[in-house]
Amino acid sequence: MKTRDLVHVALFAAIMAALGLMPPLALPFVPVPITAQTLGVMLAGSTLGARKAGLSLLLFHLLVAAGLPLLAGGNGGLAVYVGPTGGFFVGFLPGAFVIGWLTERAWSRLSVPLAFAINVLGGIGVLYAVGIPWLSVAAHLPLAKAALGSLAFVPGDCVKAAVAASVAVTLKRAWPLIQPPRPAGATSAPPSSTPAASPAPSSPRR
Amino acid sequence: MSLGLYLHRDSPLHALPAGAKMLALLAAGTGLLLFRSLPVVSAALVVTLGLYGLARLRPREVAPVLRLSAFVLGPLFLLQAWLSGWELALGTVLRLAVLLLLATLVSLTTRASDMLESLQRAFRPLARFGLSPARLGLLLSLTLRFIPLLATWLREIQEAQRVRGLERNPLAVLVPLLVKTLRTADTLADAIDARCFDPEEPS
Repeated sequence: MKTRDLVHVALFAAIMAALGLMPPLALPFVPVPITAQTLGVMLAGSTLGARKAGLSLLLFHLLVAAGLPLLAGGNGGLAVYVGPTGGFFVGFLPGAFVIGWLTERAWSRLSVPLAFAINVLGGIGVLYAVGIPWLSVAAHLPLAKAALGSLAFVPGDCVKAAVAASVAVTLKRAWPLIQPPRPAGATSAPPSSTPAASPAPSSPRR
Repeated sequence: MSLGLYLHRDSPLHALPAGAKMLALLAAGTGLLLFRSLPVVSAALVVTLGLYGLARLRPREVAPVLRLSAFVLGPLFLLQAWLSGWELALGTVLRLAVLLLLATLVSLTTRASDMLESLQRAFRPLARFGLSPARLGLLLSLTLRFIPLLATWLREIQEAQRVRGLERNPLAVLVPLLVKTLRTADTLADAIDARCFDPEEPS
């Protein structure tokens, strides 16, 4: 990794923190606040690519676990992870990774609808796949109820995915960072729930 | 570092190494998940409050940190009571409260720098993926330096777009923020390279 890549990793972790400064919305009866921070997850994934986005989110997690109040609403410390919503924060990392991985593969033909689908898969699918079982175990709720409660956030998250998708496509024109995937790329973390639906894109040129 | 939750006191809990406290928290979390009967959880709550006394933290100092947790636990209690009876609800919410209290206690009694150090040690196996301690140190200090700066930029851009009547358009805020960040990243990387920081060198 070059110095430039390291700096990208660090600055996107800082962007995550800056987005956390926007005040969260708390809904009655659902123990998860709505934040702009998942937007940061989507932006990191679709701007940096899998490896750098994953590292960036890992860095962010390190700082939060160390007790810095960087999560939305000035939340931080290890208490975040033992709480009922901890899974959604833990899901940030695989979520960003999956978004980055898919974006790299779709890079040469990235359009807003495609980027939106990618962001929904990674930013909602993966995040919820980690967060809902965690909520169910930690809060001792039946899985179906936990999932039902989380449904309240899907509309907001879809808006965020749409925003992230248009930002990603605009940024691809203004400041492209991702290169089309190398063959046999050694990736850093296993994509926890890689959707089987994505057809292997025949990377035409590299 | 003033950004953390740490409150300095002269107590045995503050003196414990950070890694030990985090492992104890992990053990407590697992234990409470396995034994979740009401008597066990109540005993754990008493012990936890005792630990707060031992750490010489006054309730008034701790209250603001815990307010957000209460925000989550209140609705959860109502939901649980409605779904499966108030007794189970009480047990679940108490267990979460104990865990949140314990985790907050770890954050309150450990300096962020100590915590980062032991977390770095825990993540040492990641060196294989290109995250050597020297790099991790650079990354952490860069991020800490840039959080206040990025927050300022975000506010500036929001203000500028409000003048144009675009403050409701997230694209008009995020794209400039990202381009500005990425442009800064390039100059910053050049500056670091000019000072001969070698990211490949294990040190």
